[in-house]
Amino acid sequence: MTASQTDNLKRPRMARSMAAILGERTIELIIRICGVSAIVFVFGIFLFVLREGAPLIGKLDWTKVLFSQEWYPTSKGNVRYGVGALIVGTLSVTGLAMLFAVPFGIGAAVFVSEFSTGKVKETLKIVIEMLAAIPSIVWGFIGLSVMNRLIQQYLPAPVGLNLLNGAILLALMSVPIIVSIGEDALKAVPDSYREAAMAMGATRWQTVYRVLFPAARNGLLAAALLGVGRAIGETMAVLMATGHAVNIPKSIFDPIRTLTATIAAELGETAVGSDHYRMLFLIGVLLFSITFVVNLLADLAVRGVRKQ
Amino acid sequence: MSASPFTVTPLVRRNMRRELVARIVLGAMVAAMVLPLLAIIAYLVAKGAPLISFKFLTTNPTHGMREGGIWSALLGTIYLVVIALAVSAPIGVLCAVYLNEYAKDNWLTRMINLAVVNLAGVPSIVHALFGLGAFVLFAGIGRSILAASLTLAIMTLPVIIASTKEALAAVPMSFREACWNVGASRWQTIWSIVLPNSLSGILTGVILQVSRTAGETAPIMFTGAVFFKKIQPGTLFAYSLTDQCMALSMHLYTVTTQVTNAPEPLPYAIALVLLGAVLAVNAASIVVRSLLRSRKKW
Repeated sequence: MTASQTDNLKRPRMARSMAAILGERTIELIIRICGVSAIVFVFGIFLFVLREGAPLIGKLDWTKVLFSQEWYPTSKGNVRYGVGALIVGTLSVTGLAMLFAVPFGIGAAVFVSEFSTGKVKETLKIVIEMLAAIPSIVWGFIGLSVMNRLIQQYLPAPVGLNLLNGAILLALMSVPIIVSIGEDALKAVPDSYREAAMAMGATRWQTVYRVLFPAARNGLLAAALLGVGRAIGETMAVLMATGHAVNIPKSIFDPIRTLTATIAAELGETAVGSDHYRMLFLIGVLLFSITFVVNLLADLAVRGVRKQ
Repeated sequence: MSASPFTVTPLVRRNMRRELVARIVLGAMVAAMVLPLLAIIAYLVAKGAPLISFKFLTTNPTHGMREGGIWSALLGTIYLVVIALAVSAPIGVLCAVYLNEYAKDNWLTRMINLAVVNLAGVPSIVHALFGLGAFVLFAGIGRSILAASLTLAIMTLPVIIASTKEALAAVPMSFREACWNVGASRWQTIWSIVLPNSLSGILTGVILQVSRTAGETAPIMFTGAVFFKKIQPGTLFAYSLTDQCMALSMHLYTVTTQVTNAPEPLPYAIALVLLGAVLAVNAASIVVRSLLRSRKKW
């Protein structure tokens, strides 16, 4: 054994150079910083949006703002910022969309997860991914050009750009998310449950609604909630398809206007720092808060699944 | 006639009938999703395809966007997507590495996970407000490709984190343990074992975000996209970071809602290019995924 080799053996652990160790420390520090970046961004979004709107908070009569339907932000003499009709618009289009999307989404999730196998299953999953990939602006364009005409032609509606049009688009847009999360929830139910049900002589459908639905209840709830979150936050499609009229809808053929569409349509025309501009940011804060709560609930529901 | 031990009783018959009904109803629900997709694609192709040519893709719009092509919008979208992902992919991947390889199960990790979930749920128009408030005004970048890309980057971040985390978690623990046992440090293990073995999954996730980023309109409307901008044709470097740009999604919005008497097939052609690009990227990621999955050694 040469002298240097014995030297190496005697030295306990000094194989790596100082530079390598420092480099590793640095990269681990960067990883940690990136790790907390998500938290920073969520707070950042809230703070920056609030910061632009904040100066207006004290100046408004909030009961009036939240419940009045009078949205006249550019009126010469009497400016009124009533978002009541906009909130109702958002809720009505989301609600109607979910009326279609939740049963269809969960039904499709059941079909994909329990009633199809092999090639069919793979193909359906790909189709759902494709459906999820269609940009909202393309949906909006479909609503404006195709659905508009179809609704006017076949339904007793005076205008084609209305609540129903927006709701159908939103339903098609949020169905993929409901299907994929719902399918995950059904997949998470242990196979032993299915085997037990089959052994008792239950048919596949009986297994689904007697065993799988109760067992996957929380996950399916989360799927529906995430669909709601997606629908509330959707902007371009509802901007183009719902007619954009400040209005409390009395039928599904009435045009409406949503919170998101209002921001998208008006922000470009406001002067930075004006009251109108700040009001639009406050609507942003409201939207952020609504989706935050919805996502939090969905997360809690999913967490419930894991605990089981 | 011998009685079969499994006589079909009325109860069994009823159950079988219900099973059949359930199968048909559920199948119809799936069809209700699949058919609109096919119908939309077919309709857009039928209406828009005649207009699409190499020249359409590579010339600037002219005559108040009623004639000419979509070159400046196409290139603008490419700029936005590339820059946005160049920013969000490294941050997102490293964040996922932290969550999957370093984080312990404590309150901070739970906070980060919750933040990722909520970041994914922030409406795109709120991202637009954030981009305007933070990048355009506060940071003083101004309305530009850079500001719009950064806004898009933050929007794509949570999805990249989620898909990367899944890819990292799919690498078996025994791979890491083997590496640690020969004396590698945590980072050496990640760099030489975990990342190479999850690269396909990570890439698939990032590629999928290309399509999502390309389609977004709301976040770029107030942070850097403009109705019209003429650029030098024939070069890929016609925009600079501080320029405002056109984008395909924004161009579709403009042509359908702001431009009066645009030729009828024009918006269909723009929508078709956008949809075609998005679906092609998606299809590519699906192919990559299934190829690499079949090659997996474990």
